[in-house]
Amino acid sequence: MFNRGNIINVRTVGHHTIDSVLRLGYATRFFALTLLHSGTSFRRLHLIIRELYFTGVLSMIIILVSGLFVGMVLGFQGYQTLKTYGSESALGVLVALSLVRELGPVVSALLFASRAGSAMTAEIGLMKTTEQLSAMEMMAVDPIARVVAPRFWAGVISMPLLAAMFSAMGVYGGYLIGVVLIGVDEGSFWSQMQSAVDFREDIVNGVIKSIVFGIAVTWIALFEGYDAPPTAEGVSGATTRTVVTSSLAILGLDFILTAFMFRGI
Amino acid sequence: MATDNLVEISGVGYAYDRRHPVLTGIDMAIPRGKVVAIMGISGSGKTTLLRLIGGALQPTQGYVKVDGQLTHELDREGLYRMRRRMGLLFQFGALFTDLSVFDNVAFQMREHTDLPEAMIHDMVMMKLEAVGLRGAHRLMPSELSGGMARRVALARAIALDPMLIMYDEPFTGLDPISLGVIRNLVRKLNDALGSTSIVVTHDVQEALDIVDYVYYLSEGVMVAHGTPAQMRASQEPLVHQFVWGEADGPVAFQYPSRAYSEELELV
Repeated sequence: MFNRGNIINVRTVGHHTIDSVLRLGYATRFFALTLLHSGTSFRRLHLIIRELYFTGVLSMIIILVSGLFVGMVLGFQGYQTLKTYGSESALGVLVALSLVRELGPVVSALLFASRAGSAMTAEIGLMKTTEQLSAMEMMAVDPIARVVAPRFWAGVISMPLLAAMFSAMGVYGGYLIGVVLIGVDEGSFWSQMQSAVDFREDIVNGVIKSIVFGIAVTWIALFEGYDAPPTAEGVSGATTRTVVTSSLAILGLDFILTAFMFRGI
Repeated sequence: MATDNLVEISGVGYAYDRRHPVLTGIDMAIPRGKVVAIMGISGSGKTTLLRLIGGALQPTQGYVKVDGQLTHELDREGLYRMRRRMGLLFQFGALFTDLSVFDNVAFQMREHTDLPEAMIHDMVMMKLEAVGLRGAHRLMPSELSGGMARRVALARAIALDPMLIMYDEPFTGLDPISLGVIRNLVRKLNDALGSTSIVVTHDVQEALDIVDYVYYLSEGVMVAHGTPAQMRASQEPLVHQFVWGEADGPVAFQYPSRAYSEELELV
């Protein structure tokens, strides 16, 4: 039972566990430092505005186009299912609730992780590789305050806005397919949607989700970049890890948040 | 109280892990106003020594004193205050790639001072004029040649007229013209700004022409020091091999291996 192979396996598992715990601790400390240095970013708002452009505005195209297509697919699929029960007029409700509660925050966060998160990791990883972060340190400028914190807040601010755009575009896509193409009654499409979607239960919960996803994705992306080994392989590995880890985090957090938000139902 | 030496290093040892010390028992004194070179082959601990002086690393033994202050006793604020009076030129410039040449040089002025933009403009232009790149102030780092990038980085390093300028391998990978320009700038800027300079390099002849004093490191130990003339005349085998670039000597040409005849299975 205690042969050499088994001992080596146990040791490897032990090493991995210790490494993971250490890294989690380092990431938590990094997060705390980012929050601590956020005051500097808000005093110099132009730094956040610049990052808002790169993370938010430049992600708009992919978010808007994806939202439109997801909404159009929901229009088709929803109509097919609802027709079976003779309740096509509830198509607006189905499209809106699916988007506002789930698809809007989740899909836009997944797209945000791939588009903006990976870019943040690669940028910071390369800044580290080319010694730009060390240069900043040597110039008595804290890279967490100057580089990390503005990007963090830009990510947290843009995420709910992008999710809202995604949902709005999706509703419009559902309208195009349901009302314009298939011919569902326009009045019932909008009025049923309006009466069924609750501001507190649906919209606010969706916004809370997207804020949480924004924090998670941006934190993971920034930490992976900051912690990337300063080599080409290191940066490429960190970029991949950002997309994989943030996608899993989004799905895991979505499950937990949904379980809490709709536990009374 | 200010002493004649801007940097004093005494009994400094540094190890990333205990079994493999990078530096052992280093003693150095860098007088104010002088240009001092730290030489040695790659991996001899030169850059680590520079990082110790800049406070990026703490010595595991001994102490580093900069302008009368022990670096390991400084808190973060104290360290940052000290670094505001230092300039470091990184090996490949380390320019901020998202900022123009002008903004790179203006970076520290904007971060650490409340000077009006008009005054920053004039100061940046003066620094760029000193390195001959005033006309390139609008360019981005990606549009610069290696030599130009190094000169911009030099202008950035002297932006706040530092008391100490440190150069990490400033001559590496430059064409002969750029190399000559950088070499002369190191000396001229030091004298014009009244600073003190430390040049970490393995480019012997370029450095010996401009420096006042040389420290020679080998495998983390200080093996020789003296004026450039003394280094050129040195009979210490390590220094002699290094200064004259001989292929074989105390630093063996061959990586440690088993006997050649054994490798080829001739015996």
